Amino acid sequence: MTEETLTKEGLKTQEYFVNMGPQHPSTHGVLRLMLELDGEIIKKVIPHIGYVHRSIEKMCEKDSYRQIVHITDRMDYLSNHMNNEAVCLLVENALEIEVSDRVKVIRTIMSELTRLSSHQLWWGVMGMDLGALTTFLYGFRDREMINDIFEETCGARLTMNYNTPGGLMFDIHPNFQRRVKEFVAHFKTKLPEYDALLSDNVIFRNRTEGIGVLSKEDAISFGVTGPTGRASGFSNDIRKHKPYSAYDRVEFKEILMETGDTFSRYKARILEMWESLSIIEQLIDNIPEGEIQSPAVKAVIKLPKGEFYQSVETARGELGVYVVSDGTKNPYRVKFRSPGFSNLFVLNHLAQGYKIADLVAMMSTIDLVIPDIDR
Amino acid sequence: MSAVATYFKDIFQGLKTLLTGMKITGYYFSHARKEIITQQYPENRDTLKMFDRFRGRVVMPHDENNEHACTGCSSCELACPNGSIEIMWERIVDPETGKKKKIIDKHVYHHSMCTLCNLCIIACPTDAIKMEQTFEHATFDRKELTMILNKPGSKVRKDVEE
Ligand code: SF4
Ligand code: SF4
Repeated sequence: MTEETLTKEGLKTQEYFVNMGPQHPSTHGVLRLMLELDGEIIKKVIPHIGYVHRSIEKMCEKDSYRQIVHITDRMDYLSNHMNNEAVCLLVENALEIEVSDRVKVIRTIMSELTRLSSHQLWWGVMGMDLGALTTFLYGFRDREMINDIFEETCGARLTMNYNTPGGLMFDIHPNFQRRVKEFVAHFKTKLPEYDALLSDNVIFRNRTEGIGVLSKEDAISFGVTGPTGRASGFSNDIRKHKPYSAYDRVEFKEILMETGDTFSRYKARILEMWESLSIIEQLIDNIPEGEIQSPAVKAVIKLPKGEFYQSVETARGELGVYVVSDGTKNPYRVKFRSPGFSNLFVLNHLAQGYKIADLVAMMSTIDLVIPDIDR
Repeated sequence: MSAVATYFKDIFQGLKTLLTGMKITGYYFSHARKEIITQQYPENRDTLKMFDRFRGRVVMPHDENNEHACTGCSSCELACPNGSIEIMWERIVDPETGKKKKIIDKHVYHHSMCTLCNLCIIACPTDAIKMEQTFEHATFDRKELTMILNKPGSKVRKDVEE
């Protein structure tokens, strides 16, 4: 609390703290933000994290490399497939094993489907945060089709554990290609609806345009990656800069915006959905034949002594996995560089001088997933 | 633009976007039969079919002679990241050869600790366990979630290699 001051009318005024969260609908989880307020103007945002800390990194130290994959589902549960892929790619690179083209293509399709489903959910809750419940229902309706595809092929809707070091757990389901094509055709008719409902809405525009501007320099120095950073013009797409899986054989644009305000972060994700659809379309008809599990990976995986790093592009930004191996079947140390953690701490910088309602809009477009921040 | 002109422009734009939104809502209202995907659960319980790869819980299939394929090799126990499987075995004397051998006594499965990751199913060399597609697993007592997968009095199938 600061000192009381007197306004010119002679009223006493004072800065004060308000806790936003840990149970606040717009934090999308158990995140507590301490807001230092002057009236309704935000002076400072202090994030308090750790409410869903499960010490995943420590748990990884007791697990074998096969078992680590399934824990990563629980970090950023909306980018589950990419998290799995990151660990698998790390193990494959460390063992110097090349997986078949079939595995690469299927992994890429799955990752893009995950990105779409994550962005659909984000779009739904973004509308809801700003007071439009309709978008929530529409976003979840389209996400349901992707969840069905996952359920049929991977056996689960959220914690899929479909990638294994050296390949995939099962081959794709016979219905997979048909269903994905149906989904792409369906979603292409629905995505313009998203624009009509929200992107062109006057109220929505007024609440997002020019709010919370993040400059390119700040995006780089805060380490803001993913669509949030690209909306400020910071080119950081791992799929482009360090292509993995089948991203080097598809054509897609890295979505870069200039203004860096809340609306351009919104727009970047909408445009990314179109890119994801185009990547899926390019691959779905030419899934090459090949084995789905590389025989070079043994039942007990031992990485050579040393340090390994692998990064992938999740729906929220760059996920890095860093493993120190001492040559045994368990890693000596695992560290995840999660995109949500870096993106969260830009909030204080963005929100200063804005109102609480603007903070909700900014938080939505940063697209926070709390288990990813806490791990 | 003068303040008055902006004021009226805002009102008209507001009305326009309102109508755009209402048009979409109106479409779904009039095409409800075609577009609604909501299912009436639990009314549709009888017709509701899960996908055949859906992971509900681990079960051990038994054939008509009350025999299963589990040799008690503990591969699933080792593969499990959460310690949800405990294999209890015993030593018996094989009546044919007179040698001592290890057989499965109890295959204990803690459903409450299982994350349904499928690693045990993949690890099993004899395909003795599989995933069941049920999903209504809530119970009033936590103890009910600890199950013994091999049925009482069951044996290992003859053709299963150790
Ligand atoms: S599904 Fe996974 S967690 Fe469950 S018993 Fe099998 S290995 Fe363990
Ligand atoms: S279920 Fe399979 S892996 Fe587990 S003990 Fe029996 S035979 Fe071995």
